[in-house]
Amino acid sequence: MTDALMTLSGVSKRYTRGKQTIRIFDRLDMAIPRQDFVAIMGPSGSGKTTLLNMLGGIDRPSSGEISFDGKRIDNLSEGRLASFRATNLGFVFQFYNLMPMLTAAQNVELPLLLTKFNPKQRRERVNAALAVVNLADRARHKPSELSGGQQQRVAIARAIVSDPKLLLCDEPTGDLDRETAGEILGMLQTLNRDLGKTVVIVTHDPEAARFAKRTIHLDKGHFTEKDLGA
Amino acid sequence: MTFFDLVRKNLFRKKLRTVLTTFAIFVAFLIFGVLATFQNALNSGEESASADRLIVTNRINFTLSMPISYVQRVAAVPGIKLVSHANWFGGYFQEQRNFLVAFAIDPQTYLDIYPEFVLPQAQRDAFLHDQGSIIVGKPLADKFHWKVGDRIPIKSSIFRKADGSDTWDFTVAGIITPGKSDVDVNFVAFHYEYFEQTRTFGHDTVGWMIVQTESPKVNERVAHAIDAMFANSPFETETKTEAAFNKAFTEQLGDLGFIVTSIVGAAFATILLIVGNTMMLTVRERTNEIAVLRTIGFTARRVFGLVLGESMLLALIGGILGLGGAFAFSFVLAKLLAGRLGALAFSPGTALIGAVLMATLGFLTGLLPALRAMSLDVVTALGRK
Repeated sequence: MTDALMTLSGVSKRYTRGKQTIRIFDRLDMAIPRQDFVAIMGPSGSGKTTLLNMLGGIDRPSSGEISFDGKRIDNLSEGRLASFRATNLGFVFQFYNLMPMLTAAQNVELPLLLTKFNPKQRRERVNAALAVVNLADRARHKPSELSGGQQQRVAIARAIVSDPKLLLCDEPTGDLDRETAGEILGMLQTLNRDLGKTVVIVTHDPEAARFAKRTIHLDKGHFTEKDLGA
Repeated sequence: MTFFDLVRKNLFRKKLRTVLTTFAIFVAFLIFGVLATFQNALNSGEESASADRLIVTNRINFTLSMPISYVQRVAAVPGIKLVSHANWFGGYFQEQRNFLVAFAIDPQTYLDIYPEFVLPQAQRDAFLHDQGSIIVGKPLADKFHWKVGDRIPIKSSIFRKADGSDTWDFTVAGIITPGKSDVDVNFVAFHYEYFEQTRTFGHDTVGWMIVQTESPKVNERVAHAIDAMFANSPFETETKTEAAFNKAFTEQLGDLGFIVTSIVGAAFATILLIVGNTMMLTVRERTNEIAVLRTIGFTARRVFGLVLGESMLLALIGGILGLGGAFAFSFVLAKLLAGRLGALAFSPGTALIGAVLMATLGFLTGLLPALRAMSLDVVTALGRK
């Protein structure tokens, strides 16, 4: 596949529990083109989150190769992987995972602490990211003072503030009502369409998957359907 | 926002817990600061002792006296520059709770041998020329509002005058100030001659002698010579360096170093467990957040630094408050206990040891939680909710 942002080649993942070896994937191949918006669906235990974790460099394959922008990441050291994540990836979690003692702006600023931006540049980027998710007026609010949907928008702002190429979203609407979920997915769609971000979401919700350009179904360690929503 | 802000905000996110933990650290450092200050005060005599001074006492016990004729005989020992003598008076001012360290001294030699007791020349001259005068340490002058020229009655719990009175009246001739910070001037001193003429018993005896040698190198030889001179006499002597004498005097109260170390050690062991346990709990509660930090790009080392920084900051806040409290406490105590205890002052050395203890406490209590945070399995931690 040409111009792929991320590729998986022959990726297998196995866990050993006692004397038992649990096989999650076996020789999985996958390519995520730039500016793609892909939904990964599948039943519980199908390996969706494990796949997302490997794409995000927080889990390693038992065998096979994972490349990002043409460079292998599966063999990087922990420190280089952390740096890779800080530079290239944005993460959105099901339960938002904001720091409760920080304001919305400070939560968004967190990834920028790892960059060389000065405080003024950081402030500008934080304001811009909050503006993208329509929360500029909530910058000084703490997570406990925000609704679930607003918290998830803050989490999205945190994910995009360092201008990553790829957004990885693990059940981003799993804790939200239908209407708010629609807003969040619409926002991800805008980020993909207007800002050119590549988006991968893991979901079990077919409605959520409809916002993606294509859907990949994962079951028992194999992809079963492709390109459904493109 | 900076990393320090992140550490600070993490530390104060559970205010009550942080306040209680800080209070526990505060108490430990307060105990340390106060006890160390007491120990310093009791050891100040040993630390301020001059290397070329020896103290000669009665071999049986330093509270027993010796004939005054010994002074001339000791002065003749080769290697000795100067000899002075003093007697314990058992003094107090007005009532017994106003206990005073009071000596009857040979004025000229005593002031020559102790240059660290500073007196303005005019006051010194006035004292030397007036047999009924007294010199008083500044803390005592401040405490009892004594001024030069005041007539003050000093009572003795040991001696009586011929008329049966226990009160000696003196004119304050001078106020002694310390030449160095660790010099103890919590005493009063007056003329031996006046004392000798007015007391009803113990005539022609001295309590102890102070010997200045030509050099510390000859101390041992001089001490042996003095003690040998009076061996097998009714008043055998024991000669020690001033530092050794002061140390032995302080040790009558017990091994203060051991007592202080034991109490402070117990306090810090308890604090170590309390703070260490709190930090472990804190990290356990934040497992998911730490995993998120790691996911968005914080390295394991940086997370280690954040957790360790938190425990260091906690120890620093509690420690500074505790040492500050000890400083204030010792300042007040110094005023209240003027005349009862030596140079009671919070020393820079205590502050330095306190700083080392803060760093050690912060490091030890944060190390395990920081290692735990550092080695967190991100995938497993993210899966928890």
